[in-house]
Amino acid sequence: MGVKVIIPTPLRVYAGKRDSTVVKAGTVGEALGRLTTEFGDLRKHLFTEEGKLRSFVNVYVNDEDIRYLAKENTPTKDGDTISIVPSIAGGSSPVHRCCRRSSTLSFRACLCRQA
Amino acid sequence: MATAPTLKMSTEVAQKIRQHGAETYPHECCGALLGRDGVDGNDTTASGVQLPIREILALLPLVNRRDDSPHNRFSVTAEDVRDAEKAALEKKLDVVGWYHSHPDHPARPSQYDLEHAWPWYSYVIVSVAGGKPAEMTSWRLSDDRSDYASEEIAIRDHAAR
Repeated sequence: MGVKVIIPTPLRVYAGKRDSTVVKAGTVGEALGRLTTEFGDLRKHLFTEEGKLRSFVNVYVNDEDIRYLAKENTPTKDGDTISIVPSIAGGSSPVHRCCRRSSTLSFRACLCRQA
Repeated sequence: MATAPTLKMSTEVAQKIRQHGAETYPHECCGALLGRDGVDGNDTTASGVQLPIREILALLPLVNRRDDSPHNRFSVTAEDVRDAEKAALEKKLDVVGWYHSHPDHPARPSQYDLEHAWPWYSYVIVSVAGGKPAEMTSWRLSDDRSDYASEEIAIRDHAAR
């Protein structure tokens, strides 16, 4: 018995194609730490390089959003379920002359990226 | 992945995405792509290797939640994502990606798209120029989050299964 962590569809490929796993953890932070220790490739998709949860990663404990609880310090107990739920965002950016020139994806090489 | 993935959709699905982009112009539209992901037993290489295939079988148009900047941003909340997953489950499908429009911009992912993308999902972008839908492309985020890979869109009248 432990805490069940439900892995969202887009990340299952980094977790041995599993849709959930069970970890021993007293807080959400501990649970996510154990999860990313077990499945190291998940880390960069859940956390920024500074180790903070990415803004479009939403975490629920038994359907309660941890942003309204104690965030990653939210306590967990055996039998709880942690769900990782994506939110989706995007949109166009200003198109610079150098980007517009190419019909292929060029923003990585584009020097105006910082503009 | 050795072989570039292909995203299949019917003419009707492609038309609905374009139409949604035209309807919300000059704002960005967004929605969920519901379908199946796997290999296509009928579509093999000469050596008999099954090709990875993903097929869009239904759409779930969504409301763009970015009402502060809807002309160049879109947002789908976690609650909307959960609703989309439920809708997919009812149809015995999966949410395999998301679509959005780029009003008066090319159908290429922006830096903002890259920073906010999830792996595995297909991101379909339709360019809408002056209110008229134009080029449509699809992309997937690389495993290391550094770039997108282009995904070929195969539009067929109806992909019989």
